[in-house]
Amino acid sequence: MISPQLLFNQIQSCNITDVIWIPDSETGKMQPLFDTHNSPRLIRVCREGEAFGIAAGLKIGGANPLIIIQCTGMFEAGDALRNIIFDLGMALFIMIGYRSYEAWRKNPETRDTARRFTEPILNAWGLRYTLVESDDQAKEIEKAYKRYTESDQSEIILLGEA
Amino acid sequence: MNLDTFLTALNSVRQDEVVITTMAASQAWPNHSRHLLDLNYVPSTMGQGPTIGLGIALACPEKKVVILNGDGCLLMNLGCLVTIAEQAPENLILCNMDNGHYEVTGRQPIAGLGKTNFVGLAESAGWPVAIEMDTQKLRVQLETILSIRGPVFVNVKLEMSQGGSPDLTIPMPERIQSLSVQLQSETSFK
Repeated sequence: MISPQLLFNQIQSCNITDVIWIPDSETGKMQPLFDTHNSPRLIRVCREGEAFGIAAGLKIGGANPLIIIQCTGMFEAGDALRNIIFDLGMALFIMIGYRSYEAWRKNPETRDTARRFTEPILNAWGLRYTLVESDDQAKEIEKAYKRYTESDQSEIILLGEA
Repeated sequence: MNLDTFLTALNSVRQDEVVITTMAASQAWPNHSRHLLDLNYVPSTMGQGPTIGLGIALACPEKKVVILNGDGCLLMNLGCLVTIAEQAPENLILCNMDNGHYEVTGRQPIAGLGKTNFVGLAESAGWPVAIEMDTQKLRVQLETILSIRGPVFVNVKLEMSQGGSPDLTIPMPERIQSLSVQLQSETSFK
């Protein structure tokens, strides 16, 4: 997993105004960084689907939001994702914690099914994604963000987690 | 009170607020208003009207945002009451269109019909203002609601309406783009 400080630095370098999130055990390590920085604004939601509506509203109003959720939350938020990205035609920049990815790399027999369904579902939605597993891949986030802003197509960063 | 009575009153006091409508209200509101700051949220993901409104309210704090949300929609996304209460945007007004039924799908009762206290839910979630709409003082109360510091939760008890067909002549992405351009021309992101 990419280190919290480096991930936070990448988010700031993308000029993100608002992070809408439900933390998991890995992305949640950024909480102290949000606590000690005025920007980006942190918006906590109760359920992942909310994050898509809020991001849409922020973009309509001229802000530059980022959604951070875990893959399990993406499963939950499917209809909100479908509506905002496809019905409303709004591109979003999203980071998704890829639960049990590292465990699966070490042991393909791992019983957590979160990993098994994550990439097939993203492929089914037709969403472009970039896997970031460690600090030396941090620049991939900047590249994905650049594609997002230049193409106005959604970009997903999959954060490989334990 | 029927839906058209409420919408007529709202349109008579509405000035330059953003108005987001869902479900039956989204079908009826275009008969009352064709304002550039209207967002008839169809097709929708049920329950996300308030969160879109929250995003706009946070991005444009100088602009009032009024959301007409179905009671079934609110039940589908109750957590948004907590999320909005925590952010506490002073410019957000959420009207819960309380007719007790999924009107658009054929008037089936919602869960909790006759038992759930929506104002109580909002109060418990931390909304500073949570009230029942007084049908006897509709226009005056709406003027007050639009002028006070929010977020404001308003439960609007309604009879079921006849329903109708949503206006989908302009594709949603075009409507979103139009609203965004208009909103950003009137405000600046803070």
